[in-house]
Amino acid sequence: MRTVIGSAALALAFAPALAQQSPYAEYQRMARESAPVELFELAGEEAWKKKQGPKNVSLEQCDLGQGPGVLKGAYASLPRYFKDTDRVMDLETRLLHCMMTLQGRSREEATKRVFGNADNASEMEVLSAYIAGHSHGMPMRPGTSHAKEKAAYQLGQKLFFHRAGSWDFSCASCHGEEDKRIRMSGLPVLYKPQVARPLIATWPAYRVSNSQFKTMQWRMNDCYRQMRMPEPMFGSEAMVSLVHFLTVTAQGEPYRGPAIKR
Amino acid sequence: MRRLLLLPAVVAVAACTTAPSVSEHPKPSPRELEEVTAVLKRDFRARGQATMDRVELDEVQRLCNLHADNPPAELARPIEETQLKAIPFPAGSMMGDWKNGEKIAQSGRGAMWSDKPGVQEGGSCYNCHQISPKETAFGTIGPSLAGYGKTRGNRPEIQRYVYGKIYNSKAYNACSQMPRLGHSKTLNEQQIKDLVALLLDPASPVNQ
Repeated sequence: MRTVIGSAALALAFAPALAQQSPYAEYQRMARESAPVELFELAGEEAWKKKQGPKNVSLEQCDLGQGPGVLKGAYASLPRYFKDTDRVMDLETRLLHCMMTLQGRSREEATKRVFGNADNASEMEVLSAYIAGHSHGMPMRPGTSHAKEKAAYQLGQKLFFHRAGSWDFSCASCHGEEDKRIRMSGLPVLYKPQVARPLIATWPAYRVSNSQFKTMQWRMNDCYRQMRMPEPMFGSEAMVSLVHFLTVTAQGEPYRGPAIKR
Repeated sequence: MRRLLLLPAVVAVAACTTAPSVSEHPKPSPRELEEVTAVLKRDFRARGQATMDRVELDEVQRLCNLHADNPPAELARPIEETQLKAIPFPAGSMMGDWKNGEKIAQSGRGAMWSDKPGVQEGGSCYNCHQISPKETAFGTIGPSLAGYGKTRGNRPEIQRYVYGKIYNSKAYNACSQMPRLGHSKTLNEQQIKDLVALLLDPASPVNQ
């Protein structure tokens, strides 16, 4: 509880100054101008409006937390607690929920291909691009007041530092010490608000290195792959909690995505 | 406007509170640790060679998690001793082929669900260490190993230490961030010998 309030206050205190000074932010701004992010957003709009599933309806009435069909600011307010499912959900988990309830699709069918490739982005990826784009410029304000939101933050924090797997890694093995790198890649210390803010506020993102548009759930999944762990299940409580922990740590930062990353 | 008025009040509250900040590394209780493992068992699934037994904690992981990687020496030492005793040191010379060692050090593959088991595994060494001066794209999580054998020589005790450290880093430092490459069966005896040679062979570029 106290930690959540503390980080909120810190975020409020430092966010405006950092957003202006960070050379990373400048790189983000420049890269965004020449990147194909808009193409993914356009594909996402099409996917949002496409009638499909056994009920042959679109996702346009999906409630992302701001009311049915409201996109503006929805991403910047996630993850958050949803009364109808009695759990904390991030964007992707909520989209999956809407696919299953509104469109009548099975979990199996809707999660068959959540992560796409360079030739063909997934439905989840383009939807994330489209919806996140409607929060551009708005401060990240994930839910922090409901008991389940506090529990999600705490579980996410524990997961971040939890060492396990064949190689004894936790997230902090790579993202726990300042000024370290793997090969030539700098490693952000993601439990520090001032470091987390510009990075978390730019997902989902187009990755230049592999020409793919990627989401937060993918980012978590691929870290656990490299940590030599088994595979986290898409939209599971563990993954939503980890995303929630990172987003609360970054809260207050104006959302600057969908962005461009290495 | 309303938010602007609230801001000084929020900052003042933050300044006064003695609550731990988010940047602190929390120490879980034994019960919390069990709960996290239960969550992993529920929310993760086996894929390829990454089977679910990997979420079970052994004594090293348990110790390091409970003490936020900073256990008291009286708890760390017995565990380091157990880990050391379990290392199957090969008899005779532990110096393999440094050229193959360089390939193993370069490769970041191995033990992931996306890797085929048994296909040339890597040690991911350059991900964290400076090693050969020819490789400039090295990580910095671990110490630089440039010139490692030049200053230490390659007598049997040094070979034994390097072999042991690569096989099971936790035998020397319980909560080291370095993976236990032999203990985890990522690398086999010959591959570890090749890495020993990369660091200790006078002909290796590391020692030029």
